[in-house]
Amino acid sequence: MTPLQGCLLVSALLFAIGFAGAVTRRHAIIALVGIELMLNAANLNFIAFWRYGAHPEALTGVMFVIFSIALAAAEAAVGLALIIAIYRHYKTSNLDEVKELKG
Amino acid sequence: MIWIVKNLWLIPALPLFAAGIIAVNKQPARKLAATLAIGSMAIGFLLSLCAFSATLGHHGDGVFREVFSFPWIQFGGQWMDIGWVLDPLTAMMLVMVTFVGMLIFIFSVGYMAHDQNFMRFFCFLALFAAGMLGVIIANNLFLFFVSWEIVGLTSYLLIGFWYHKPSAAAAAKKAFITTRIGDLGLLLGMVWLYAETGTLNFYEGGHGCLEPSALATMLAHVTIGGLAVSSLIGLLIFLGAVGKSGQVPLHVWLPDAMEGPTPVSALIHAATMVAAGVFLVARVYPLMSVGGIIGAHGVPVTTSLTVITWVGAITAIFAASIAVAQNDIKRILAYSTVSQLGYMMMGLGVGGVAVGMFHLITHAFFKALLFLGSGSVIHGCHEEQDVRKMGGLKKYMPVTFAVYAVGMLALAGFPLFFSGFWSKDEILHSAHNWPVSPIPFLLGCTGALFTAFYMTRQVALVFFGSYRGHEEKSAHGHSAPAHSHSSESSHDPHESPAVMTVPLIILAGFAILLGFVGTPAWPWFDGYLTGEEFKFDFSKLTEPGTLGLMVASAAIVFTGLGLGWFLYGKRQRKTVAEKDVLAAAQPFIYQLLENKYFIDEIYEATVIRFNAFAAWLCDFADQWIFGGAVLLVKYLTVGLAWLYRLTDEYFVNLGFDTGCEALREGGGGLSKLHTGRVQAYLRVIGVALVALIIFLIWGRKA
Repeated sequence: MTPLQGCLLVSALLFAIGFAGAVTRRHAIIALVGIELMLNAANLNFIAFWRYGAHPEALTGVMFVIFSIALAAAEAAVGLALIIAIYRHYKTSNLDEVKELKG
Repeated sequence: MIWIVKNLWLIPALPLFAAGIIAVNKQPARKLAATLAIGSMAIGFLLSLCAFSATLGHHGDGVFREVFSFPWIQFGGQWMDIGWVLDPLTAMMLVMVTFVGMLIFIFSVGYMAHDQNFMRFFCFLALFAAGMLGVIIANNLFLFFVSWEIVGLTSYLLIGFWYHKPSAAAAAKKAFITTRIGDLGLLLGMVWLYAETGTLNFYEGGHGCLEPSALATMLAHVTIGGLAVSSLIGLLIFLGAVGKSGQVPLHVWLPDAMEGPTPVSALIHAATMVAAGVFLVARVYPLMSVGGIIGAHGVPVTTSLTVITWVGAITAIFAASIAVAQNDIKRILAYSTVSQLGYMMMGLGVGGVAVGMFHLITHAFFKALLFLGSGSVIHGCHEEQDVRKMGGLKKYMPVTFAVYAVGMLALAGFPLFFSGFWSKDEILHSAHNWPVSPIPFLLGCTGALFTAFYMTRQVALVFFGSYRGHEEKSAHGHSAPAHSHSSESSHDPHESPAVMTVPLIILAGFAILLGFVGTPAWPWFDGYLTGEEFKFDFSKLTEPGTLGLMVASAAIVFTGLGLGWFLYGKRQRKTVAEKDVLAAAQPFIYQLLENKYFIDEIYEATVIRFNAFAAWLCDFADQWIFGGAVLLVKYLTVGLAWLYRLTDEYFVNLGFDTGCEALREGGGGLSKLHTGRVQAYLRVIGVALVALIIFLIWGRKA
């Protein structure tokens, strides 16, 4: 097993755990945490492909990941704000009960 | 310019304003209405006297004539002038109309005292006076025509004043429509005159249509049938006069017009309005006489004047003979009026303006007198108009009898002392000298005989003998025995109040006196109208021609009077139902006369039948031909619309609707997928992603 394969495996595992969390958990914050996990799995992939790729001397992967993390921070802020707003509106943070968009 | 010329418009304007004020006032203001109407006529009379005095004293230096014109309306590049003229013809007519009108207004106060619509009556009367005075002062055929039509309108309104009576309503319509036929001729003549001369002003310092230059143009212009334009225009204008003055064949409306209140008959259908036609011919006399061959006695002979003479002569004898066999007191007078109007026309044709107008003026006074007298009789006999049911009124109504006798003698032409003698004699004299044909003279003489006869018959039936009015009442009297005792005396005829008799007496005075202004010895009237020199010359009376004619006409009158008295006065009819003396002797002729030569029936069978047929034809064409076409178009449109609807509903809409339905259902089905739960969406995305990856991996392998 090459280091790259190990990284990808960890990343895939991480993504799967995050996805499972995002899909299955009822609580909005936990679902948000799952989404963050999936994001970080993607970041890990970036780093891995950069580090074991053709041009590790160009700092492309790091750059992208830093941007991504900054974005994730912003996203977390927005997501939490949304959750608070939802909680205020519906008096709950259970995602199963928030189904206003039902067709 | 004299002030009166400038202010001549006041004379018609005053009654016009009076009519307006009466019309807008609240209904029961009887006194106000009568005061306004009579007052406006009185002021008009005073102004007319001023105008009259201004025209006096011009003998020997031509006709006094002042005009006042101003532009009124513009059409195209031309201005239509209106204006008024003051000349002896106008002044004389003004004085006559305002004076007679005033007396008749005063009489009406008494006659209409019990009428519900007293104010309406005076409003119409005043409006009529305004129109008539407008006709007289007009110096413009256009203003003349407008006033002429106002006169026609008020005549219609007043004949139909008691419009709840079907006969009155029918008579009003008949009068209006019949005169309309004549007015069409007048209108055509007016338009043609304008086309020829470019002006409708009568006199305008040399440019008017009755002045030499325009007349010469029209005379030079020969048109259809080799007639000069002036003749044809003259004849068209004369057609208007035929309608208004009740000449044959348009005379039928005038006797029927007697359905109106008696003062109306007196004012409109005896003294003034019907004279408007004669006045019209007198006014356009220069047009009628232009280019004529001057006969031996200085009277021109032209086509138009010949036609006028013949129409007048035929009317004179025709109507006089009908009058012999009538039984309605007013109808006798109506036919007498038609006949006398014929004399006036004949006088204009054979002798010129002065001859015709002299008879017009004298006739206005004595005919107004006779009509008002008959009104007094009718009033006194409780609205009875049938002479057979009168009789012996001399005893009950002495004043009315006296003035009626004066009027009757004047109309009959009793020699020397009554105006009718002098004016009629002048007409007969001129007719005698007429170079074209002696027949009008003979017709005139026969007419004079008839006139004396029927007037004697009427007076004998109404005033002599014994009162026959009770006869019918005693027949019906049994039904109401309770008040037969008290009502018997009130059913007797009674004399009319002073407000009615005083105008009668004044008119009677004039019926006698007016004759003396136009005797052969002192032809003041002739001199006044023509502006020629004249002097008092008693010897003229005894000239062989004049004297012989005077004796002859006196003999005719005495024959008529004697015959009338012999047949009707000496032996009075005893009962209402008794047959007329003439009817017993000559039943066929009497029938013919009593039914007015069946003229109404002939018109009924020809003109009216034709008219009805034309109307039916138009109705038929309208209903079936044009209506059918319209119906066809309608059905075509409806059919097309139906087709469009079907196409729309079953093709366009159906496809569209199906599409919409499918779309809606599809949307509905898809919307079920929307659970609203975010995690479910995420799950789908995850599964899809896995499926995609599997597909990609396997796809590559394959």
